[in-house]
Amino acid sequence: MELEKIDKIIEKYSSDSSSLTSILSEIQAEYSFLPQDVLKRVAEKLEIPMTQLFGVVNFYKIFKLEPSGKYIIRVCLGTACHVKGAHGILEEFERKLKIRVGETTKDLAFTLEKVNCLGCCSLGPVAMVNDDHCGQMNAVKVNSLLKRLSSSGKY
Amino acid sequence: MGIVTLKVNGIEARVDESWTLLEALRFLGVEIPTLCHHDGLTPYGVCRLCMVEIEEKSGTKLVTSCLYPVKEGIVVKTHTDRVVKGRRMLVELMLARCPNSKTLQDLASKMGIENIRFKMKNEDCILCGLCVRLCKEQMMSGAIGFIGRGEKREVVTPFRTKSEICRNCGACMYVCPVVELPCRGYNPQGELCNSCLRVVPECADEYGQIMCYLESCGSCVKKGEMNELVKT
Repeated sequence: MELEKIDKIIEKYSSDSSSLTSILSEIQAEYSFLPQDVLKRVAEKLEIPMTQLFGVVNFYKIFKLEPSGKYIIRVCLGTACHVKGAHGILEEFERKLKIRVGETTKDLAFTLEKVNCLGCCSLGPVAMVNDDHCGQMNAVKVNSLLKRLSSSGKY
Repeated sequence: MGIVTLKVNGIEARVDESWTLLEALRFLGVEIPTLCHHDGLTPYGVCRLCMVEIEEKSGTKLVTSCLYPVKEGIVVKTHTDRVVKGRRMLVELMLARCPNSKTLQDLASKMGIENIRFKMKNEDCILCGLCVRLCKEQMMSGAIGFIGRGEKREVVTPFRTKSEICRNCGACMYVCPVVELPCRGYNPQGELCNSCLRVVPECADEYGQIMCYLESCGSCVKKGEMNELVKT
């Protein structure tokens, strides 16, 4: 593991423990998740107890302790999307990807997550693939989206 | 070190200004129930049982006395209806979560709680944080901590694996108010016991004096059942 890379990120924030979340999200952008030995290194460098670091990592939903897929699909279950049938969309994703919410497919291609609001309720029901929004979802769109993602590697 | 004057339940008292309200109240002999407070640890204010009512110009408010510093001239009431009602509700909720805790069962009987309005569960943690603080502050270890939030909050070691810094001292279990031998009352485990309230023991003055942890003779329990029968 390239621990120097981690050290560099930490030094960028001048080893300040108050920038912990920024450091962690930068590391996660590098690895797509937070591996155990990396976290141990962070705790060592910032001189904070491992229990506290683990608490922070578990507190925020964006931090992941297990590898996530290439495409992270976030299905919005906020009030507006819920009314427009977001649960059906989520179930359709679950059926097609053969995984449950919060899980990752075996080939590390897709991770399925639920979120509470994406802030674009007029587009509901909304799903997000990595950083892009897909509005007004329905079962047909779910199928074509997944087909596109898995065949071309692009979307 | 200055001295401040406060009014507790209508009586004026003078206490050290560096104290918290709970310390002052205990010093004055007022009985305040607590679960998350320990003299050797930093106050945490999470069990909320030490709530007292404080009078201000704008009205009264409930504060956790374990975190509230004493101030000149505050008017404290420790057993008003509002306070007692709040405390009873808290004990009821915690007991519904962990019915096998003798500490909680005793507290419920002491407060005269006779039925639990919530669905009984069988958890083994009330999230008082005593173990976490003891491990960190007294054992200088910090092997366990809180993770998650809301209903998913729990006490674990990092990565849920065997900790490298834990010395197996057992202090966390010693201080825990929930992980202990369950109540030996005459109700089945997992329910409100209430034996201390209802049973009249023959061998001691009150139920609490019986060595509940041992197999007792049970005569008082039988007598209690007889009383129930007579009532019905």
